[in-house]
Amino acid sequence: MLKEQSKNIEKSMTKEERLKKRHRAEKRFRFYGLTSILVALLFVVILVQNIFSKGSSAFKKTVITTEIFFDQELLEIKNGASEEDIMEADFYDLMIENLIKAYPAKDRDEEDELLKLFSGDAEIEIKKAFLKDNNLIGKIITLDLTASDDIDQLHKGNYPRDLPEERRRISDFQLVIYDYFVENKKISKNFNNYFFNNGDSRDPELAGIGGALVGSFYSILICLLLAFPVAVLASIYLEEFAPKNKITDFIEININNLAAVPSIVYGLLALQILLATIQLPRSTPLVAGITLALMTLPRIIIPCRASLKAVPPSIREGALAVGASKFQSVFHHVVPLALPGTLSGTIIGLAQALGETAPLILIGMVAFVVDIPSSPVDPSSSLPVQVYLWSESAERGFVEKTSATIMMLLSFLIVMNFIAVYLRQKFEKRWN
Amino acid sequence: MNIVLIFLITIFSISLFFYGKSKTKTISIKDNIKLNALPKFYGYYLVLWCSIPALVFLLVWSLFEPVIIKSIIIETAANQGATFNDKNEANLIYEKIKAIHLGTYFGDIDSILKESALAYAKFINLFTNSKVVLIFGIIIASVIYSLKKIKNNSKARDDVEVILKGLLFVSSLIAILTTLGIIFSLLFESIKFFSVINVFDYLFGTNWSPQRAFVRDASSITAAEFEELKDAFGFIPLIAGTSFIAFIAMLVAVPIGLFSGIYMAEYASIKVRRISKPIIEILAGIPTVVYGFFAALTVGPFFRQVGENLGLTVSSESALAAGLIMGIMIIPYVSSLSDDVINSVPQSLRDGSYAVGATKSETIKQVVIPAALPGIIGSVLLAVSRAIGETMIVVMAAGLAANLTINPLESTTTITTQIVMILVGDQEFDSPKTQSAFALGLTLFIATLILNYIAQRAVKKYREKYD
Repeated sequence: MLKEQSKNIEKSMTKEERLKKRHRAEKRFRFYGLTSILVALLFVVILVQNIFSKGSSAFKKTVITTEIFFDQELLEIKNGASEEDIMEADFYDLMIENLIKAYPAKDRDEEDELLKLFSGDAEIEIKKAFLKDNNLIGKIITLDLTASDDIDQLHKGNYPRDLPEERRRISDFQLVIYDYFVENKKISKNFNNYFFNNGDSRDPELAGIGGALVGSFYSILICLLLAFPVAVLASIYLEEFAPKNKITDFIEININNLAAVPSIVYGLLALQILLATIQLPRSTPLVAGITLALMTLPRIIIPCRASLKAVPPSIREGALAVGASKFQSVFHHVVPLALPGTLSGTIIGLAQALGETAPLILIGMVAFVVDIPSSPVDPSSSLPVQVYLWSESAERGFVEKTSATIMMLLSFLIVMNFIAVYLRQKFEKRWN
Repeated sequence: MNIVLIFLITIFSISLFFYGKSKTKTISIKDNIKLNALPKFYGYYLVLWCSIPALVFLLVWSLFEPVIIKSIIIETAANQGATFNDKNEANLIYEKIKAIHLGTYFGDIDSILKESALAYAKFINLFTNSKVVLIFGIIIASVIYSLKKIKNNSKARDDVEVILKGLLFVSSLIAILTTLGIIFSLLFESIKFFSVINVFDYLFGTNWSPQRAFVRDASSITAAEFEELKDAFGFIPLIAGTSFIAFIAMLVAVPIGLFSGIYMAEYASIKVRRISKPIIEILAGIPTVVYGFFAALTVGPFFRQVGENLGLTVSSESALAAGLIMGIMIIPYVSSLSDDVINSVPQSLRDGSYAVGATKSETIKQVVIPAALPGIIGSVLLAVSRAIGETMIVVMAAGLAANLTINPLESTTTITTQIVMILVGDQEFDSPKTQSAFALGLTLFIATLILNYIAQRAVKKYREKYD
């Protein structure tokens, strides 16, 4: 019915009207195309903007400037004490005595609320100051002590203070102290060294990506060491030496399929073979690296083969003509020419591996690891897994930490991709 | 120990290289014979013979040593009177014995454990010693063999190339080994799973609640429990949730991706194309955990808020949020592939259409797209397979409870989410719950394999048509 109607309408139109209609349709179609591209671009912008606006504040931490008096009566050590003595000494009482002077509190409850404004590491921070200069006894110094997560978020403006008190994590009295600090310029923002140096922690103000960075580094290093040589050798074989037969076809089909297998399946493979059968240690960069290598291998072989294929046959024939063996023609001439493409394909494969999360979750990298791994067989986390772990936490402070981790991850990926593009454009020869 | 051995093998190989090179040189000068290959190839030949057999042996030995020692130790512990009911307890005892040996065990040590620890120390010693002896034996044997060969003025280059070619071939076999590894590891556990749960109960069950199968050894399930378990592993809600989220994703990705692909192939100037194509491809390069974070913390709550304002109940883990974000992730897969496909439609088809007076959009709709259709369908199928295998977005943004629904505002779960939920943290080995994750993995593997196969066939057929 409708179709017939519109046909009738079309028939009743003059030639000019019909042409106009067709041109309008043309414009509309073009508009759809442009809109689609713009929607996709807009989303890139929204995503990046969202992550940056949430995460950039994590690179600074709020500190409370506090005067610390190293009272001989509260410490069991003397000036010039050795490092071990200081490490063993108890700074707890000293910390309490000094911190409660930061604001004129009236009773014990108020003092407790005041103490909660400092991070759990205040004692260690005071100890570190003493380790730097062991002649402080009897002296007063001013220290920038890390504030607790709640104050940190409040000071960065991520925390609405106009909520009713029972829905806030900060009490009214703590807000009064905070305002007092602000008025007396005792509160400020410093570079957040903890974010880069520390491992994971239950307290957002102390949590850092140090462990995840090292874990990711080891995993990617192992992945590179395993996947790159094997991928290059395999693509040389398939491109230069393999006879055209069933086995070669089978290998080719296999590689193409492996490149499209969901990454979580590699996690299951690692769980069954690497952890259950060979019994490699759980949660370690070693297992992560092997898993990622298996996953990245086909993804590297495909670009490697493409760059070998791009080397024109005249190069091979020239080498063969002056008496080189097949091997010499390949390894002395073809492979060096294909190297830029090979390397850039490898870097892009590694960039994908760096962002991979699902298989690493299955091999237990979600364990809560505080220590920074010192070798590839220590339990550890990795950057994307850290993002996953923190995004599951309820504390507000972890939202900015997660976003900042994503910023780090994305900047690594951007750098790697730029290197790949640069290699290809700078060193790759154009043959036509 | 292994590192020391590898180091020694390397040292031997390097010194053999120089030995072989100088030796053949001196022989050729002294006896005035023409060598059949450059002296360095004799060096390479020795290196390959010295290192490869020893390293392969070391690798194989290291793979099997822990497994063999473990089974021997558990057996000796059992002979001495240790009792354990299942594999888990046996593993625990083995770990204890190992810890005692390393001096890191602080619990009570009874006589059985002590004896076993001594036996463990004995076996470790025995294995290490025999490993070292065997490796040196292998090195000596292969070096003697290869030295004998180079003395005869052999064609060392040819020999080296044959060995290297073998190495290349072995490298390319690793892809096949990986596939075999995947298939075996999935099948192995899945078979155990299907020995407890009927395949048809799994495939056609409408209820998924694996937490019911808690701490149960598959072999010791009673009849009542079996009935209970029977309908705990129904696959239907999972495949429904997975396809539903993938469907929402395709609703986003196919129109946007296809139109961007068409625009870039047909309309965009080279400059626009050069800028916009890589930017859209950024979407494919962003790690999926980032999308998951964005979907779970920004999009989900936003939809919920909008729903509240409109008077709708929107779950904060709605299928809509997960599907939308997944769709955005997939846009570049559709757009790049369809861009390529459209570009390879021969210009003559377009010219013919213009010649009869069609506008550009009419040409695209009625000539280019029909011609490119198999390729476009292939690219969409590849995108679908990407969507159903995608893990992090759904783990973070979709629900955990299996829920048969077609309301996009409710939460549903997916195959990949369930695999992660079952396997994250501590798992009981040999429980149907753990094994079910492997059965899900097998299903996922087969599904993506079929989709990819069809897609690749479609794209390949299409390419052949116009090449």
